[in-house]
Amino acid sequence: MSVASAAPIAVAGCAPRPVLRERGQHEVFCGLTGIVWLHRKIQDAFFLVVGSRTCAHLLQSAAGVMIFAEPRFATAIIDERDLAGLADCNDELDRVVARLVERRPDIRLLFLVGSCPSEVIKLDLSRAAQRLSRRFMPKVRVLSYSGSGIETTFTQGEDACLASLVPEMPAEPGTARSLLVVGALAEVVEDQMLRHFAALGVGPVRFLPGRRAAELPPIGPGTRVLLAQPFLGDTLRALESRGATRIPAPFPLGVEGTSAWLRAAAEAWGCPSARIAESLAAGEARGRAALARHRDSLAGKRIFFFPDSQLEIPLARFLSREMAMELTEVGTPYLHRDIMAEELALLPDSARLSEGQDVDRQLDRCRDAQPDITVCGLGLANPLEAEGMATKWSIELVFTPIQGYDQAGDLAGLFARPLDRRARLEL
Amino acid sequence: MQLAVWTYEGPPHVGAMRIATAMQGVHYVLHAPQGDTYADLLFTMIERRAARPPVTYTTFQARDLGGDTAELFKTAVRDAYDRYRPQAMLVGASCTAELIQDDPGGLAKTLGLPIPVVPLELPAYQRKENWGAAETFYQLVRALAGPHAPPPGEASSRRASGATRGAGRRCNILGPTALGFRHRDDVAEIRTLLQAMGCEVNVVAPLGATPADLARLGEADFNVVLYPEVAGQAAGWLKRSFGQPCTTTVPIGVGATRRFCAEVAALAGLPARAEDAALRMPWYSRSVDSTYLTGKRVFVFGDATHAIAAAQVAAKELAFEVVGLGSYSREFGREVRDAAKAHGVEALITDDYLDVEAAIAAAQPELVLGTQMERHIAKRLGIPCAVISAPVHVQDFPARHSPQMGVEGANVLFDTWVHPLMMGLEEHLLTMFRDDFEFHDGAAASHLGAKAAPAELGHGAAPAAPSVPAPAAVTPHAVAGDPIAWGTEAEQELKKIPFFVRGKARRNTERFAAERGIGVITLETLYDAKAHFAR
Repeated sequence: MSVASAAPIAVAGCAPRPVLRERGQHEVFCGLTGIVWLHRKIQDAFFLVVGSRTCAHLLQSAAGVMIFAEPRFATAIIDERDLAGLADCNDELDRVVARLVERRPDIRLLFLVGSCPSEVIKLDLSRAAQRLSRRFMPKVRVLSYSGSGIETTFTQGEDACLASLVPEMPAEPGTARSLLVVGALAEVVEDQMLRHFAALGVGPVRFLPGRRAAELPPIGPGTRVLLAQPFLGDTLRALESRGATRIPAPFPLGVEGTSAWLRAAAEAWGCPSARIAESLAAGEARGRAALARHRDSLAGKRIFFFPDSQLEIPLARFLSREMAMELTEVGTPYLHRDIMAEELALLPDSARLSEGQDVDRQLDRCRDAQPDITVCGLGLANPLEAEGMATKWSIELVFTPIQGYDQAGDLAGLFARPLDRRARLEL
Repeated sequence: MQLAVWTYEGPPHVGAMRIATAMQGVHYVLHAPQGDTYADLLFTMIERRAARPPVTYTTFQARDLGGDTAELFKTAVRDAYDRYRPQAMLVGASCTAELIQDDPGGLAKTLGLPIPVVPLELPAYQRKENWGAAETFYQLVRALAGPHAPPPGEASSRRASGATRGAGRRCNILGPTALGFRHRDDVAEIRTLLQAMGCEVNVVAPLGATPADLARLGEADFNVVLYPEVAGQAAGWLKRSFGQPCTTTVPIGVGATRRFCAEVAALAGLPARAEDAALRMPWYSRSVDSTYLTGKRVFVFGDATHAIAAAQVAAKELAFEVVGLGSYSREFGREVRDAAKAHGVEALITDDYLDVEAAIAAAQPELVLGTQMERHIAKRLGIPCAVISAPVHVQDFPARHSPQMGVEGANVLFDTWVHPLMMGLEEHLLTMFRDDFEFHDGAAASHLGAKAAPAELGHGAAPAAPSVPAPAAVTPHAVAGDPIAWGTEAEQELKKIPFFVRGKARRNTERFAAERGIGVITLETLYDAKAHFAR
């Protein structure tokens, strides 16, 4: 099942660089996992997975202790009776949703989230969403998207969710210019970014997803889109189909990434170069000072990335350019060429890029490379540690605020800590 | 469709993974989409295993569904065999692959691998994790030990030769798996116990066993079944095929351990075992310090084996009163109902944690013995709690020796269950002195974690919880339109009652007042109600 190929991809302004494309066993989460952070972000939304006991078990495992805090997600577990006939299945879904809406009167937006089983039995969730929307509007709006493993990898669940919101966004009258920052960010990061944009004269600034379901930002030909996360290809395409245009930029990781990201927006707003430099100087200085504390432990260290979130390439760029780490392999579950163009241009040629996965072969390559630190999922981390390799588990990079100047030091710290720990332990 | 936030058990293929991961030299190829590898981290993180589970996933995607998923499966099996060279393989489908009907068993057979390949039929939309584990273990045992079974009607050669020596002291220990609650230490404890009695342990399975070990199962004289949920089916087959009797007592608690030893002695033709000097539990329980434990109201929930055993220990060995007994193991519903009847309560057989929460709130116990889920329910309700059964979090795979079974297991149970009650009492003493300058009313219960809200029935939700109306049963005194008010003095007096019985007192008093049409509860009402209910 291992089909590997090295095909060149074209990158703006660069020679095409080879990417190792693999398929085989993927040691990754499916898109359902995105629910775990999205439901914290959209505070009046509920995510109902239509799936199997496996889906419920996955969410439980991924959500850890959060599951006990009455989170706003659940699974409608398909059972034998549902498999008997599709009509029955829709009735059952309506019953479950009615019970849910009754039990949770605080819900304003309900996502029906497709899973592998619901897709294989071809349960039409988009039709179900329309039907249920008609029934529960205006109190509850019902949308659908797929978080299944056969369609989505990990963070792509957020992409599918946000893309489902785009048709619901109101049209912006005229061609008024506005900035739409896309991708769920920690609120502390959002607030920092808002202060920067205000100082740069960029505005009005809106976020997708917002904190309330009812407050969907308007969109139109004047909307400029700045991606805060790299895994949002479908959402971007949907936004562009509504007339918005993307501001190309690397992602706001590290001091360099944050400055380039903010500068791209400021330039689109015609902010003079001198004012940009002046406005960002204090943040840059703070970020650099925070990074300096970790540089000694990271500089010259070799790092290997297993694919997980699509954050790997921007993270590798940050670690190589700002922390002087050496890249061995940078794996990503999916490489979106256009969105990643600015990042790839900054990535050293020495790094091997891989897309997709055959986990056994990749483990072989990792062992051959003998990196100083390996970024991987929780299924691989302890086994690799037991083999004597230092690891950084990657899920934390999705849940922790890492974007912006004031998180740059924390971000470097996430990679420095496992090395520090290994140095300290006398066991 | 069933609406679920929390599930007590995973899907059946996770049960199969628990068997494969427990063993050596077995590889499991699972026809499954991307994402099902999440289950790996249960083993690498919760159980802290140092190696990846021996499972290969085919990781089919939407674009594969056109037709070549069967080929994908065959390639995965061939590659896994070439890479890992297992002694035996398991092949099967996860819930999604069950729907696309590729027949893993038939496909694997066409490859003609030189090792036993055991196909698994695990109906993911009907069955759950423990059933999957039991079925997988049974299929493996049948496939590997089966060829060594004597023809029907003929005694096995091993048993025949043992009989001539006048001793049948060789046994297998069956049931311990990966991700089993305290399985590692239970095995150590029971192995020591059996050896001290003069029994020889032939094979422990599935934990640590190889396929070759399973092939030797028939050489034992009898089987020790530690966890009927996992090993019951296989033990039944071994009994039929090899004539091996098996133990029926699960040695959790002092009495059960004694009965277990008597059972083993009878099966092995050995003298009964003398009392162990390391058994401290009976004396601890008889010591005067334990007097306050008498009649403590306890609610028990877990898998059938642990719940039934815990209820027995609670009632007979700690002198608690069992006010609730239940299990999520539907397969063992009859056993749980029988046990509940013996304690004079109605059994609760459910896998819906909201039902369990409602039952606990209604029973107003002073101690909850349950799973990780009951730990959180008890935390919400401000009731002391100890964990007795899977599912559990990482802290219940401890580094220290911590069995539930046998002699040391009984000691562990005493400490584990009494500790939260002691903490509750300490907590009460602290709140008694709440007006002292050192203690303030907002101080959280020490055993509830630093962030817990002040323990008050029905209001102990974790701070991260969104504003959600709790089920009505959890807030019995907060019924909409409740006309009963509390007088200031009575309210003050209520706060002097230990927090873990305060909810019951509040509820009883309100019921007392309601029945008598009393609008405002005074100090008098409170004590009238106390007298009324203290019978």
